This record gives sequence, structure tokens and C-alpha cells, in this order.
Amino acid sequence: MNDLGETPEQRALHRHLEDRYWLRLRGRFSKEKLILALAAPVLAIVAALVLSSLVIAASGKDPLHAFSVMIDFGSKSDSQVWIVNKAIPYYLSAAAVAIGFRMKLFNIGVDGQYRVAAFFAAAVGGALALPGAIQIPIIILTAMAVGAVWAGIAGVLKTTRGVSEVITTIMLNSIAGSLIGYFLSEDKLAVKDGNLFHTTNLPDSSHFFTIPTDPKPIYGTIVIAIAVGLAYWFVLGRTRFGFDLRAVGRSEPAAAASGVSVKRMVVTSMLLSGAVAGLVGMPTLLNVSYNYGTDFPAGIGFTGIAIALLGRNHPIGMALAALLWGFLERTGIRLEFEDYAQEIVEVMQGIIVLCVVIAYETVRRYGLRVQQRKVGEELSARAAGTNDKPEVSA
Amino acid sequence: MANRDIDIAVRRGTVHALVGENGAGKSTLMKILYGMQKPDEGTISINGERATLHSPADAIARGIGMVHQHFMLADNLTVLENTVLGAEGLHGIGGRARQRIMELSDAYQLGIRPDELVEDLGVADRQRVEILKALYRGARTLILDEPTAVLVPQEVDALFANLRELKAEGLTVVFISHKLGEVLSVADAITVIRRGTTVASVSPGETTPKQLAELMVGSELPTPETRESTVTDAPMLTAEGLRLSATDSDGVVRAVLDGVSFTIHKGEVLGIAGVEGNGQAELVEAVMGMRTPKDGTLTLDGADITRLATRGRREGGIGYIPEDRHRHALLLEAPLWENRILGHATEPPNAGGRLFGIPGLPRLLALRGARTDSARIVDAYDVRTPGIEVTAASLSGGNQQKFIVGREMSHRPKLLIAAHPTRGVDVGAQAQIWDQIRAARREGLAVLLISADLDELIGLSDTLRVMYRGRLVADADPATVTPQELGSAMTGTASGHLEHPDTPQDAAWGPASEEER
Repeated sequence: MNDLGETPEQRALHRHLEDRYWLRLRGRFSKEKLILALAAPVLAIVAALVLSSLVIAASGKDPLHAFSVMIDFGSKSDSQVWIVNKAIPYYLSAAAVAIGFRMKLFNIGVDGQYRVAAFFAAAVGGALALPGAIQIPIIILTAMAVGAVWAGIAGVLKTTRGVSEVITTIMLNSIAGSLIGYFLSEDKLAVKDGNLFHTTNLPDSSHFFTIPTDPKPIYGTIVIAIAVGLAYWFVLGRTRFGFDLRAVGRSEPAAAASGVSVKRMVVTSMLLSGAVAGLVGMPTLLNVSYNYGTDFPAGIGFTGIAIALLGRNHPIGMALAALLWGFLERTGIRLEFEDYAQEIVEVMQGIIVLCVVIAYETVRRYGLRVQQRKVGEELSARAAGTNDKPEVSA
Repeated sequence: MANRDIDIAVRRGTVHALVGENGAGKSTLMKILYGMQKPDEGTISINGERATLHSPADAIARGIGMVHQHFMLADNLTVLENTVLGAEGLHGIGGRARQRIMELSDAYQLGIRPDELVEDLGVADRQRVEILKALYRGARTLILDEPTAVLVPQEVDALFANLRELKAEGLTVVFISHKLGEVLSVADAITVIRRGTTVASVSPGETTPKQLAELMVGSELPTPETRESTVTDAPMLTAEGLRLSATDSDGVVRAVLDGVSFTIHKGEVLGIAGVEGNGQAELVEAVMGMRTPKDGTLTLDGADITRLATRGRREGGIGYIPEDRHRHALLLEAPLWENRILGHATEPPNAGGRLFGIPGLPRLLALRGARTDSARIVDAYDVRTPGIEVTAASLSGGNQQKFIVGREMSHRPKLLIAAHPTRGVDVGAQAQIWDQIRAARREGLAVLLISADLDELIGLSDTLRVMYRGRLVADADPATVTPQELGSAMTGTASGHLEHPDTPQDAAWGPASEEER
């Protein structure tokens, strides 16, 4: 604004008027933000429900009955415990994927990372017999370190040789499987138990605590998931490192010009992502199986990608998404008994992810456009308002 | 940016200029006319017929063509391929298309070489390809968005000759520019836009640049001139024999910086003139530490910074206003206050201590400090925004630039690298940015100024150098040199010390330069 010919009083008045404008706008923007923030999930859920109903109806079954079966069965207390326990590794996996996503790195290799990590952690844990307070941290740190190394290979290859992390992490998944297969034999790191091979069982001292609930307990490893969620939120939002990481994700050239070493950031975030991925196997290892065997759950790394997408890389969003995933899997079992096709739940999971991604992108673009228009409108209104006053002009 | 009550009538067969501050709504108006954005109210009539334009395809179908400020060409395709791309249905992609292109080229003297790859063309040639593309699609009305921003004076003359040719053939040209002298020389009618509305329609015969400027901003046209010298003897930045090579798209390694040496003293503005792509961008990136020269040294205020990373150089006192603010200076989808932190995350007011004050734990950001200081910058630098929570993308270009300048100046840099600091910025903001640079320069700031705006270069600089093919080929005294002389050196036809009264070019350019002064 031009202050030629303005008296101090006029200036002060302007300042005051402008400040009032700002306050009002700030309030309006935040209310709008809230509406937009709610619009996306609501839109996604409605679309997913409609599409799922169509699919179920197309298979000749009653969709409403299916939904009521799911809700009834999913809200039983044993189902609730099952869902929460299932959601713990899902959440950890999603967090590992999300760290990469926040800087536009696609760590498709969480699956291999957590399996290798859990395997070596189980081998180390089975070979030691220390008090739990020492041994459990050793197992967890081993898992994080192995996961970090496995992911770090992809990071180093990307920065030194320019290989896409998508390719290397997928290939490392496959290598992870072979590596575990090689060591998981009797003359190496495993014992034979019936038809299965598994690592030596962890001593009782290394069993993680559980939270007693009825009818079955909730795994104590939930505290690891909560700690990871809190750290994820805090480090990304509040620390310099987190800012640098998000800056790289938003614009690599701008981050480089601002003084962030993009290459170092790629390696660091891959290491971090891998370390968190290393935790994915811990709920199973420390609360359920106490060893790594040929029946150790696989595929959680890919589930994590879907959950990170569904939860929009947000620490709470991903928690809700992980629970939703657990709910769908739990109630899917029940649907089978009710004569619905078993695949219906997988179809629904796919539909939900697609709907969420599309809905959020649509709402985000719409929000940006609205904001741009608003800024323009408010400014020209403000300009018109001040123009009516006799001052500004030579 | 919003428009309201825009009334504009463009007569067929004329060049109609549209002038106004950035953020005044010119771009929005252009987008509406080209069908990229829909108006909430109001009507558009073409040839007396009311038209509703839903998309650029509608606009093209009605004979409206647009040449964007940023060219929309595929570098790895030939001129012919670029022209027919998306318009294959008109004359095919072979002999008939080529024939049509040559007809158009001859009719309007565009000098098109259809088989040349676009990446091998200069800026002026690319612009002619854009014009050709519009004509090929049957445009009878051409919209040119700041077509002269990227051209040297000689190229501007050539463009204007083309425009007159188009006009003579009965085509209509809508021409957007900030450069009032140019507008007056080429336009048949002028419409001034201010804050989203049309404030005046004038004919060039009845007005002067000064009056036009007053209509645009309601105050006098600012000039970049700084005549009282603040140059000291103390060197701030010394570059010694910088060499840098890069591999171009053909896989050929060529030198983009070839033994560049210069010294900027405290309180001195060193201006570098040059046609874009002659190594200026690489020079800036080498000084910022974004590229590593294979040879040469850089000394900042007595300290060797040759091996220092970008962040260290920034902390050491280099401020940076990049050429492409969207690419290098902003996180477009982040709120303004986060953009306050960008580039200065390690310095107060953005940097906090370590978590719990324990060494080894992560360093925190001072979010409150960043927010408060963003609000201060918005206030002090007159950034027109409703608040600091809006995304950087929702601000107009000029306001984005004011925020960037404010951010960089807030850290009291020793050296400011300003690459095209007022490109795409309205006159009001331009004056402010110049004032900021001048004020800081009085306090001993050294400035490396790169600009395509020769008036800005001549007006602001204490020393001028001309860059051509990666080398500093000529120097000039800004007090005596003319834009035309600089233009010759920029295209490689003159070198050494550009001396005004003795050079033979001066005879040819003399009268014009007298007018300029």
C-alpha cells in the first residue's frame, strides 16, 4: 500500500481496519479448513459404501445384511481385542512407509525389511538368556538396525548410482526371502519342529507384557506403536530435521537451494523408514510366536502401503486406517460363514483405498482453488474498501 | 486474483495493450478470455456474438490463440512436430502441415525453420514458434502474455515488426506488458487495469509513460537509478577462475562457466547482463553451493567458502533471491510461515534449542518465532495476503516475491544474490524491492544482480559485466552505457570495455539512446 500523503491518524486507522480483517479471515479460513478436512473422509466413506454395495449386490447377495453382520460381529469384545492386536503391526508398517512418502520416496520394501529384521532379532534373542529388561531392548534394537541396513542399501544405491528406490526395494524383498530361507535350516540358525523350521524360542524373560482384557489380552507392544506415532508426529512437525525432510518432499530444488543436502536426506530417511519397518515384526515375535518360523506372517509391508495411503500419512489417520483394516479382516471371516464370497472383503479394501485417494485429491485441489479465489476476493474487497478513502494517490 | 467490473473492447485489426500491476488481475482476465477459467458474472462477445468459453479448445475454435509467458513447447521435438501436436486433424502431420507452416511463416515473416529442434532455438525463436502454433490453429486474435520480458532490445524490435505484420493482415493482438515505453510504441489502444477493474482506456497518442504509470499505481513511476556511490574498497565476494562444465542433452560436455573471475566490494552492486542460458544461472548456483565448480575459488568476507555446503554459505551471510521463485524459493503448498523457515531453519528466529536442552537430541524449530516473524515481514514488506496460514501458492507473484525479499533481508545478509529480483513484479513492488536493495547497500551489502531487464541493471548497478557463453566478455560503466550497447555485447557482437562515445555501434544507436536517457 502506498502511504504517500497519509497522516499518522489515517495510518493507524488503516492498520486497525486491516488487523480486524485479518482476524476475521483467519477465523474463516480455519472453519473452512475443518469443513474441507471432514469433507474428504465423508465423501470417501459414502462412495466406498455405495460401490461395495453395488459389488455385493452384483454377486447376488444382500449388501445391507452383509454390513449388519460385519457391524454385529466386529463390535463383539473378542473381535475388538483381535482388531486392536492386528492393527499394531499394520500401524508400524504404515508409519515406516509414511516416512518415505513424506519425502516422495516409495519404500515398497518394508515387507522384506521387517522380515529380515524379525528373523535376525529372533536369532539373537534365541541365543541370549539375559534379564528381560536388557534382552528385550537388545532384540528391538537389533531389529531396528537390521531393518535400517536393509532399507539403507536402497538409499545408498539411489544416491550413488541413481537407481530408483522402487526397483531396489522390491528386489530386496525377494532377496530377503531367500536370505531367510538360507539361514532357516537346521544346520544354521533354526530348529525343526514338526514340519516347520523356526529359530530357537526366546527365553521367557524376553516375552513382552500384555494388557489383560476380556476375553484375551491386548499385546503390550501397542506401546511401541504409540511411541512411534508420537515420535513421527513430533519429529516431522517440530524439529529441524523433520522440516528439512518435508521440504525435500514438497520441492527438491527448493530444499536444495535452502541448504538441505538432498542426498544425505534420502539416505537418512531410508534408514529411519527401515528402522521403523524393523519394528513391524516385534508384536508377533515378542507377544505371540516368540520365534521366527516359516509360518511368520508375511505381506504386512504391503498392507502398510495401503494403510499409509488411507491414513494420509497422518499419525492419527493411519491409526484409524489400521483399525479399519483389522475390522474388515475380522468381519471378513464372519462373512464367509454367512455364505458371502471370501474375496468380498479384499474387494472392499481396494475400493476404500481408491475412494480415499481420489476423494482426498479432489478435495485438496478444490480447497486450493477456493483458497486462491478467497485470497483474491478478500484482497480486492480490502483494496476497494481503502480506495474509497480520500488519501492514497498522488 | 479476482476481477470485478472489467470492461474491455478490442477492435479488430489492432494491437491492444493491457497494462497494470501484477496481481491487478491481468492474468486472470487472460485466462478467462482463453477459456481457462470461468467468470462468475459477465459476458464475452466475439465478433458481436456472445460466447461462452468452457476450455481453451472453445477459445481456439473461436479463433483466439494465446502465447503464454512461459512457453509450452516440447524441447525434444522439432518445430514442425510442436506445431502439429494436438492439431493433427487440421493438416495432418506431413507435407500438408509443412506447407501450411511455410505459408504462415512467409505471410507474417516469422522465419520458421520447421525441422529445427526446439531445444536448439533461442528464446525469440521459441516465441515465434508459439505465435506460429496459435496461427496454425486458425487464431484471428492473439493474446501475448508479457512477450517482451525475456527478450533483448533488438529482439523486441523484431517481435514488434511481426506484430505489425499480423495487424496489417487483419489479425487482432492483445498484448500484456509492464514496460510502458514498449506499450506506447506498439499499441493502438491501451486499457489500464488496477486492482481487478479497468480504470482507464487511453490511446497512445494522448498519453505519456508517466501518466500511464500514474493510472496503474496512483503514484509516480519509480526508477531504479542509484547514483550516489556507496562502493568501498573492502572486497566482500571474490570469485577466482570459476570453471564448470555440464553435459547437454546431446551428451556433449561443454563449459558453462569458463574462467569467471570478479570481485564485489562492500556496498557494491555488480550487475551481470546476458541473454538467458549463457551461464548466469550456473554462476548463481556455483556461488550458492548448489553446483560444485571443477576449478576456482570463492572467498566471502575473507573466508574461503569454496568447499562449504549451501547451508553453511547461507549461515555465513549469503541471501538468495532465485530466478525461479516457484522452484527454488518457495514450498508452494506449505503455509507462508513455513516458507519463512525455508533456507533459514538453522538461524533465529526459526531455530530453537535441542529437545529438552540435551546435546545429541534433535534440534527443534521455534514455530512461534517463525509465525511472529512471518507476520512482521507481511506487515513491513507490504505483502498483500489475508494471513500467514494461507499457502504460498495462493499469493500473486509480486507478493510472493516481496515475501521472499523480506525473508532474505531479515537475516541481514553480507552478500545478496538477486536473480531477476523484479521479474513479473508490479511497479509498486518493484520500487519497494529496489529501495530495499539500495538501503541495505548503504549499510555495506554486496549484491550480485542478474537481470534481463536492462533498465534495472543499468539503474541499480555500480559495475556492469556482460556474460556470453560462460565467460564475462565485456564490462561497462552503468552511468554511460545504453541498453542497445549492452544488447550487442549480450549477443556476442561486442566485447571488452563498452565505451559510449567511441564505439562505431554508437552511431547507429545514438538517436535511440538519446531518447532513452
